[in-house]
Amino acid sequence: MTITEVHAPNPAAGDADRPIGYGRIQRKEDPRFVRGKGHYVDDIVLPGMLHGAILRSPVAHARLVSIDTSRALAHPGVVAVITGQDLLGLKLAWAPTLSADVQAVLVTDKVRFQGQEVAFVIAEDRYAARDALELIDVDYDVLTPVIDARHALDPGAPVIRDEIEGRTDNHIFDWEAGNAAETDAVFASADVIVKQEIVYPRSHPAPMETCGAVADFEPIEGALTLYETSQAPHAHRTLFAIVSGIPEHKIRIVSPDIGGGFGNKVGIYPGYILAVVGSIVTGRPVKWVEDRSENLMSTSFARDYIMQGEIAATKEGKILALRTNVLADHGAFNATAQPTKYPAGFFHIFTGSYDLEAAHCKVTGVYTNKAPGGVAYACSFRVTEAVLLVERMVDILARKLEMDPAELRLKNLIKPEQFPYKNKTGWEYDSGNYERALRLSMEMAGYDELRREQKEKRARGELMGIGISFFTETVGAGPRKHMDIVGLGMADGAELRIHPTGKAVVRISVQSQGQGHETTFAQIVAEEIGIPPEDIDVVHGDTDQTPFGLGTYGSRSTPVSGAAVALVARKVREKAKFIAAAMLETRPEDLEWEKGRWFVKGDPSVGKTMAEIAMGAHGTVTLPEGIDGNLDAEVTYDPPNLTFPFGAYICVVDIDPGTGHVKVRRFIAVDDCGTRINPMIIEGQVHGGLTDGVGMALMQFIEFDESGNNLGGSFMDYLIPTAMEVPNWETGFTVTPSPHHPIGAKGVGESATVGSPPAILNAVVDALAPLGVTHMDMPCTPARVWAAMQGRATPPI
Amino acid sequence: MQIPAQFDYVRASTIDNAIALLDKHGEEARVVAGGHSLLPMMKLRLARPEWLIDINDLFELDFILPEATRLRVGAMTRHSALLGSADVARLFPIVIDAERVIADPIVRNRGTIGGSLCQADPAEDLATVCDVLRAEAIVRGPGGGRILSMDEFHKGPYETSLAHNELLVEIRFPVRPRSGSAYEKVERRVGDWAVVAAGAAVSLAEDGTVDDVAIGLTAVGLDGTIDEAETVLRGQQPTEELFEEAGRLAAMASLPVADQRGPVDYKRHLADELTRRVLRRACERALAAQSTTTQEG
Repeated sequence: MTITEVHAPNPAAGDADRPIGYGRIQRKEDPRFVRGKGHYVDDIVLPGMLHGAILRSPVAHARLVSIDTSRALAHPGVVAVITGQDLLGLKLAWAPTLSADVQAVLVTDKVRFQGQEVAFVIAEDRYAARDALELIDVDYDVLTPVIDARHALDPGAPVIRDEIEGRTDNHIFDWEAGNAAETDAVFASADVIVKQEIVYPRSHPAPMETCGAVADFEPIEGALTLYETSQAPHAHRTLFAIVSGIPEHKIRIVSPDIGGGFGNKVGIYPGYILAVVGSIVTGRPVKWVEDRSENLMSTSFARDYIMQGEIAATKEGKILALRTNVLADHGAFNATAQPTKYPAGFFHIFTGSYDLEAAHCKVTGVYTNKAPGGVAYACSFRVTEAVLLVERMVDILARKLEMDPAELRLKNLIKPEQFPYKNKTGWEYDSGNYERALRLSMEMAGYDELRREQKEKRARGELMGIGISFFTETVGAGPRKHMDIVGLGMADGAELRIHPTGKAVVRISVQSQGQGHETTFAQIVAEEIGIPPEDIDVVHGDTDQTPFGLGTYGSRSTPVSGAAVALVARKVREKAKFIAAAMLETRPEDLEWEKGRWFVKGDPSVGKTMAEIAMGAHGTVTLPEGIDGNLDAEVTYDPPNLTFPFGAYICVVDIDPGTGHVKVRRFIAVDDCGTRINPMIIEGQVHGGLTDGVGMALMQFIEFDESGNNLGGSFMDYLIPTAMEVPNWETGFTVTPSPHHPIGAKGVGESATVGSPPAILNAVVDALAPLGVTHMDMPCTPARVWAAMQGRATPPI
Repeated sequence: MQIPAQFDYVRASTIDNAIALLDKHGEEARVVAGGHSLLPMMKLRLARPEWLIDINDLFELDFILPEATRLRVGAMTRHSALLGSADVARLFPIVIDAERVIADPIVRNRGTIGGSLCQADPAEDLATVCDVLRAEAIVRGPGGGRILSMDEFHKGPYETSLAHNELLVEIRFPVRPRSGSAYEKVERRVGDWAVVAAGAAVSLAEDGTVDDVAIGLTAVGLDGTIDEAETVLRGQQPTEELFEEAGRLAAMASLPVADQRGPVDYKRHLADELTRRVLRRACERALAAQSTTTQEG
């Protein structure tokens, strides 16, 4: 691994050479993970616990004629079998989604995708539950499915959601951003216009741990404890209260250690609800954990955007405008997780990192007979799709203009002095220095030398490609006035307590699925109050122990909860000043702060450490008016804007001309996520995201046959990359702090997933340029690359 | 967690014990060796044996024995042992080529050559390797043993000529002078089944002409070796033109079907391309073996 460090002023971090909080320290949570002592949902065993299993539909679209559970009920060990009819009686057959739609918990009328939940068996052990599934007799009247989103709105297409009164088609929404007329006018007078359809095929986040829940309903108190694989425990608690009628103060949601989320664990799945119903019905705790195929076939997919892109420019290479029409396949229920106002997420950041005169996008969402989902897999609310669109279009334009793609980007990137930059679809980019990042990546790559090598290889008939992607991320949702999920504003709370001996506990609302929160958040507090990270415990994942907040997704933990934690620490530090003043019998304004200590201005030998102040606060010191006897504080942080991390990625590929096999030879990733808290954790996040990018670009694809059978229902069919497919990552960074975030941090969790697929795809297309190839869609499997080499590239869907 | 249907399990203590158990439990019993094909199929409930006869205690089937004219390999020899064997590498580089692209180290540590052959997956790499090396399968049953050519052993996809109470115990590879062999596979990802793979073994006469050649293709619907492609090379000095012709004929003989790994035309193209590549490499290796022999002589 090559690490190139470019230091920029980082006032929020204090003395960069002597960090107390920030810096490369080992993760506090790792001792338990590397020893196999993590505690996941499936590790939870409660006295008397039963096990649930879900019967799923083998067909994509069918009328449910009858269901007979008698043989299953007679199977030894089976305690109960729940069907859609049972749920109708409880008014729980349908549950709200995160996008103002409803989703069937169990089928009552009609199956709408293969793998949909049909019945729930509860048994004494998971083996009996699984065996009994085969004893449920279901009669399906199979209907013609809608699989191709391009035909979902055809007149006469089967209506998938015919349970909604008055519904006569499969249309979900039309949504626009930017100015169509202005954009059309720019296009009308532009020298050069390039068009291209770009498809981002359906993929799946496939976290290592599948989804699951253990529900424990206590009938006397009427209290529910639900252990579940959730990225958003507080939001889930509110939704469970609304759906189930159990009062919110009687619900406790616990997300223990989570084995990866990537957006797959944001929503509430029927399995969670069924575990709760099962516990209420049987009076015993019920565990439900899905298997790998269930996870791949029924839980939140990602992408599935068909984008018609058009870019306008002058013949000198000044990009003028961008427009696109998008067809978005949302599956059978609109269950994407995103702020209410934005049905296409933050896709309207599709203007990317370029200074344009005009832009317009229109997104049409449709139902198909496929699993629901749509916003998952580290996409930052559809920024992945937006970045693929703009970065492919810019490359295609470069080819048309016969310009080097790096040169074209350098010519059009937003300039440092233009920040804060207001783009043509309403975003205000907080900060950036794009040219510096791109030039650093080119320097690390040896860009000119690579182009020379490519020229030589092309002369010999070898296929070498160099691909660039420059991305701007949009993370940290978000300001309450603009952003909510099912009515819950996207602000986060944080609580900090300093115990009398100077050790601390910080309670946060965001739940970690591997991001290293227990370390990063301790480091933020450490930096602010000057006690070491190892003396600060981070509590998360349990709604009874943590303040309210919207959860971990969209790279929002550091931008939102990180800010909350910095502010609550500052509040404690400020309170400590008053207590120190009382202890030192001086005025607060006469005190000065150095890390971990308030001292008297002009006399550094007289002061109090945080530990002394904490003991003082809880001790017998006479406290000033209005200061109570503790060293605790709480805040709720409402971000004033999102943050806009960015990066410049360069990928080098070699393609076997005889087989179409793509080898990613090098990958250079320069990321700017503002203030860097723990560089090791950032690099880990970037490595993971880049690996995801290799997966999406080269192999991952949830494909369906024309009957609606999911062809990606196991890891034999849905491929995820291994160490063998990825190169030695070369990471570098620049630091452009966010001006509005308390410590200047921006978030980085999804940057690499967002930014890397276009770099790889651009490299593949670049490699194939001598053969006349101008575009191909992902995944770049050997067969698809070979077809492109023959001039027969086809979209994957 | 994926849960198989109910089954019973027994560990065999000797070869005879294993055969007796197979005989006793009948058609619904399956042998489990490395388990890397059978167990996933059971978890997906695609396979539902009533009995599993575990032969992992049969250490007497785990061996690699070079003899003057042949190499003997026990059926329970793990992929990783084959990959690590200097004898195998010296005599049959094709085995190393293939083993390097079979699954991943975790699977190779458990999976066995016998299990691979008995599974008879049409995309199984070692089947092609054994075909082109003209290996023999040694099979034991209640009535004693029999020796089968690979053609006799393989009946078709997922099907062998083993009776329900027979056990594959050994594979024998004939050693030929001045020979070379090679295998190459195209896969979507390391560890995936082959899109297409090809294997070739070549023996040269003293004058450098092709004395014998065998060509096999994996995952394109063929059993055994491809005589029509081999014929153009026999008795000839190996040349690029002949490799091309052999590749063309191998592709014509292939019977691929379209699936997620690729369409028919691509697989045919790979049959051609990979045949040429493995012939080229096998001949290079045979020539190198010839010069080594000459120097030693």
